[in-house]
Amino acid sequence: MIEKATVDAIVAHARRDHPDEACGVVAGAEGSDRATRFVPMLNAAMSPTFYEFDSGDLLRLYKELDERDEEPVVIYHSHTATEAYPSRTDINLAQEPGAHYVLVSTRDGADSPAYDGPVEFRSYRIVDGEVTEEEVRVVGSYEETEGEH
Amino acid sequence: MAIELRVPTILRTYTGGAKAVSGDGVNLAEFIDNVNGTHPGLKERIVEGEPEELRRFVNVYVNDEDVRFTGGLKTEVKDGDVVVVLPAVAGG
Repeated sequence: MIEKATVDAIVAHARRDHPDEACGVVAGAEGSDRATRFVPMLNAAMSPTFYEFDSGDLLRLYKELDERDEEPVVIYHSHTATEAYPSRTDINLAQEPGAHYVLVSTRDGADSPAYDGPVEFRSYRIVDGEVTEEEVRVVGSYEETEGEH
Repeated sequence: MAIELRVPTILRTYTGGAKAVSGDGVNLAEFIDNVNGTHPGLKERIVEGEPEELRRFVNVYVNDEDVRFTGGLKTEVKDGDVVVVLPAVAGG
């Protein structure tokens, strides 16, 4: 479950950085499974086929998360020419078993703000090399879903 | 006093869930060996190959400095230092 504003922010970031891959996290309170704070990161690889957080940025990010009792609820990145499915590299390098790995694709013109088709936006768990896709439910706000189970 | 190792979530299976453990050594290689003695398995998740090197997609910092810029496993450490291990966030 993810808020519409967060989805829009991730797609906008992916479009902005196209043709390079865009990446970032959406942080949330530890254990809440609520992705509430959008944190776009620099792709230090600046590549259309690879992404990596800069090592200094990574340290600052995790210190900040620690101070705020947050965790990376979502780790997102874009694919710029292929589908929004984890690549072999994504699977091999995934090291946050608790995170939702979100992939967006900006292929086939989806990078353009004028593109009005649906943008591929999919989410996965990646644990020990095993990928499990999960349904993405977009809500206006987490508050409006309170009380649901 | 000792040297503190901050353990990332994915490696806490080796530390019984602890976020930080401590050890000793005069450089990073010795420190990792020392900590591996009390928490077997940690080392091979941080270091690989022969001669040993840091794994490409694991970042290690001593007092906030990425050790890739301070001598890698030969980086000197001393009592009171804080060693942070963070898996890279990367993919293709």
